[in-house]
Amino acid sequence: MTPNWTVSRLTWRAPVLAAGLCVLATLAAMAQDGSTGRPSALATLITWMPFILKGFGLNLVMSVLAMALATVSGVILGFMQISPVTLIRLPAKLVTNLFRNSPWLVILFAIMFLVPFQITLPGGDKVMVPDWLKATFGFSLPVMANVSEILRGAVASIPSGQWESAESLAFTRGQTLRHIILPQCIRRMLPPWMNWYALLTLMTPMAAILGVNEALGNTQAAMEAAGSRPEFLIPFYLFLMTIFFVVIYPISICTRRLEKRFATGS
Amino acid sequence: MMSPTGNRTVEQPIVALHGVHKSFGSLEVLKGIDIDVMKGEVVCIIGPSGSGKSTLIRTINGLTPVSKGSVKVEGIEVHDAKLDKLALRRKVGIVFQQYNLFPHRTVLQNVMMAPLLVLRENRTEVEERARALLAKVKLKDKENAYPAELSGGQQQRVAIARSLCMRPDVMLFDEVTAALDPETVKEVLVTIRDLAMDGMTCMLVTHEMGFAREISDRVYFTDAGRIVESGPPSQIFETPQDPRTQEFLSKVL
Repeated sequence: MTPNWTVSRLTWRAPVLAAGLCVLATLAAMAQDGSTGRPSALATLITWMPFILKGFGLNLVMSVLAMALATVSGVILGFMQISPVTLIRLPAKLVTNLFRNSPWLVILFAIMFLVPFQITLPGGDKVMVPDWLKATFGFSLPVMANVSEILRGAVASIPSGQWESAESLAFTRGQTLRHIILPQCIRRMLPPWMNWYALLTLMTPMAAILGVNEALGNTQAAMEAAGSRPEFLIPFYLFLMTIFFVVIYPISICTRRLEKRFATGS
Repeated sequence: MMSPTGNRTVEQPIVALHGVHKSFGSLEVLKGIDIDVMKGEVVCIIGPSGSGKSTLIRTINGLTPVSKGSVKVEGIEVHDAKLDKLALRRKVGIVFQQYNLFPHRTVLQNVMMAPLLVLRENRTEVEERARALLAKVKLKDKENAYPAELSGGQQQRVAIARSLCMRPDVMLFDEVTAALDPETVKEVLVTIRDLAMDGMTCMLVTHEMGFAREISDRVYFTDAGRIVESGPPSQIFETPQDPRTQEFLSKVL
């Protein structure tokens, strides 16, 4: 009874909270609209909304791309971490721990300045590497390390009896992983994986520091273009927070639900 | 009383342990074990907790490597670096105390998995065999259930069927009733007894003394990593010679 009630309340709350933030943004805009002759803060915000949303589109593209990259490389790294071969396991552990325990912004700066702005393809053509792509790569590294750790942890959480009975039934290590261990791991991995996607998306505005034209960068550019009036600050930033909230909150609800379901079902 | 009649005329033992030692670090768990098991024989290993019984039985299918000595199954040296593990593990089935069924697969899938994936046998044949085995352990109606939906005794019977589906020559049972509720112990013991009556070579580590006495051809009493005494159940249970056997039996019987 209780868990159901909690979950449904959270679900019901999400849109209301989001709508509340929007209303607050509107009110804040109107309250500060004392002057005449100039367009109000709200009208300015509405004018610039498409520009900010376009930037937000890039945030989503970066987050999805970075997550895809992080998942593929993280799973490979995770498998290397559980390898019985020391020569494979140790480097994987090193890489995982390095990127898990470094500040994201430092990784981001390092990638920005270490990756060249243009790459010469084998054919001799020169290709420009856009900043947002470099930032995407930078975001994917810490998430990769965490996905690697999620996989390692999930495999370690499977009781040793599963390995023993598989071994006794003549399964090889590869067969055991593929048919017995991993299918049991996926459901354990899904909630933390989704959680990392949410975190990653929330981190993407950091790319603004590096000059990528995503939502935060565009919001600041819009305010500046409209005359940098102080009354812009609250509505513009509230709008920005709201669009992130609207995307992320359903994900975190979904994560919580999955966690609850996996915790009760065996 | 009712001793299953195995084929005792075969000269070569199917399982032969000679001078088996096993140490975990500085702790010596097995201190020279010699056991010969003939085809069709039912052998029970009894003894106090921590006497190395489980370690002993796990050396037979190579789950626990030995430190010294020889373990042979049908003439194959188990602890040979060049051992063909597949060949060994088709011959030896093992059932554990904790069932260890695969929770993400149904009962029927649990039983069929190894023959299909490891032996790459024909699906229709495996399915037919698996269904027959589930009928034998009286779980025909549970084939589409998941392990979590079954009682401990039912799960353990699935584990037995799963092992049997590999068509082993020897079955090892490592305290298979120790984790069960008292009311489900019997159904598992009946399953094992039926198996023994069919002529399967069985080695059991057990605390069920009444069962050991009823089913065994030979009982081994182990203490502190050594076999203290062995013989037919009537001798071990009625006229134990060694004071340690006498003391143990006086506590558990």
